[in-house]
Amino acid sequence: MRGSAVVLCAHLLVLTSCSPSTSESDRAGTGAVTGTVTVLAAASLTEAFNTLGEMFEEQHPDAAAQFSFAASSELATQITEGAPADVFASASPATMQLVVDGDATEGEPTVFVRNRLQIAVPAGNPAEVQGLADFADEALKIALCAPEVPCGVAAEAAFTASDVEPRPDTLEADVKATLTKVTLGEVDAALVYRTDVQATVGDVEGIDFPESAEAVNDYPIAALSEAPNPTAARAFVDLVLSADGLAVLTDAGFERP
Amino acid sequence: MSSAVRRVRPRRRGQPTGLPPVLVPFAVLALLFLLLPVAGLLVRAPWRSMPAVLTQPAALDALRLSIVCASAATVLCVLLGVPLAWLLARAEFRGRSVVRALVTVPLVLPPVVGGVALFTALGRRGIVGRPLDEWFGVSLPFTTPAVVVAEAFVAMPFLVIAVEGALRGADRRLEDAASTMGATRWYTFRRVTLPLVAPGLAAGAVLCWARALGEFGATITFAGNFPGTTRTMPVEVFIALQRGDPAAAIALSLVLLLVSVTVLALLRERWLGALR
Repeated sequence: MRGSAVVLCAHLLVLTSCSPSTSESDRAGTGAVTGTVTVLAAASLTEAFNTLGEMFEEQHPDAAAQFSFAASSELATQITEGAPADVFASASPATMQLVVDGDATEGEPTVFVRNRLQIAVPAGNPAEVQGLADFADEALKIALCAPEVPCGVAAEAAFTASDVEPRPDTLEADVKATLTKVTLGEVDAALVYRTDVQATVGDVEGIDFPESAEAVNDYPIAALSEAPNPTAARAFVDLVLSADGLAVLTDAGFERP
Repeated sequence: MSSAVRRVRPRRRGQPTGLPPVLVPFAVLALLFLLLPVAGLLVRAPWRSMPAVLTQPAALDALRLSIVCASAATVLCVLLGVPLAWLLARAEFRGRSVVRALVTVPLVLPPVVGGVALFTALGRRGIVGRPLDEWFGVSLPFTTPAVVVAEAFVAMPFLVIAVEGALRGADRRLEDAASTMGATRWYTFRRVTLPLVAPGLAAGAVLCWARALGEFGATITFAGNFPGTTRTMPVEVFIALQRGDPAAAIALSLVLLLVSVTVLALLRERWLGALR
């Protein structure tokens, strides 16, 4: 996990500016943060949070960041079932609310970024998908996120806004699984977050569509009340909300709230 | 040699039967280990909302699909697995031990990886799947047959191992006797070998069916998830968890449990019992 984050960070450095400056990181380091911070985060945050994990470990040399990425709703269930975690970052306020209702957050969650949907097609766009209307074509193989997970809710909103009746062949359990079906070339098109397309180099092309404005997801983050390491939890949330943290997220294709 | 055997037997019969006492606590521990999680499901089950959850068309569709697909997968496994087991047990060829090890690969492969492997073989860009798609316009992933294929892939080793074991334990002299009396090889296989291994075959088929019924990872990867065509009961349970509804997930799990235990118990009574 760490190795791949380093590679990714190096990769992002070439493209944009990845880690702003180490001097800034030194100032932020208080030295009081030790141990491991366990972060449960929406699957769509995988790449950005791995980079943030690297920054976190630079700022706090005695601390380590550990991530578990999955569908937000699955993570919410894990937290309410008592999973030992310090921070939760969700891809939708509704999912975060499940955790808030379970009295599992420390204070109010903060919306830190927004994400919008994009059409993902295999490289070369073999089925010549143009826009959302193609999702109604029974002849095409279509993957969507299941309506039970945030990206599926966003997809439903987009289809409602555009008055398109989609004909999906599969409803995937999280956004990464949906994108994988495109990467493998097994479906002609899918609806995923723009950040996921950006994070996948080579095998996937993204197509913007106007109705995506109707389906923008807010991402809330919160430290958890049962956090085994509350100091590190606060430090990680602070990093995500800092200018440096938001820079990493916007580089990954997220929008500011 | 034969006199030694005769001397040993009466003495063994004279010993009191029963378990060595030291095994009992471990056996009880094993039973608890296996049954406690199931008991946990029963305790946490939302008994009051149970009927509402279970009479939903989605749940019934998933259950029907699960049973149909697991049964079809078992038929496929028997048709292909019995000849393979026969080959492994009876045919002499180089690399047989390697082939036997390879047959068990789906047992150790994480099912999700099995699903990806099926894509590389039978997907639209797979080794066999690409020509199928380009020449005949046949695409397997995300269809009900894909569920059957995924389940058969994961469950077939159970059948092959059980039948191979039965074949090795069967008395080959009966087959030899049949052939000396003029029976063809095919006739001998049908009328002598198969009846000899029937209990092993039945046990293997039951294991295979049970494994197919609970299959999740390869199914959701290779066949995807769509109500009515590919959403089997385990996938339905997973989706209920994704939705943040563990109560429904538990209710659905219990139904799957009830159906499988009932079927297995009935088979054991009617079918395996009669063969013993």
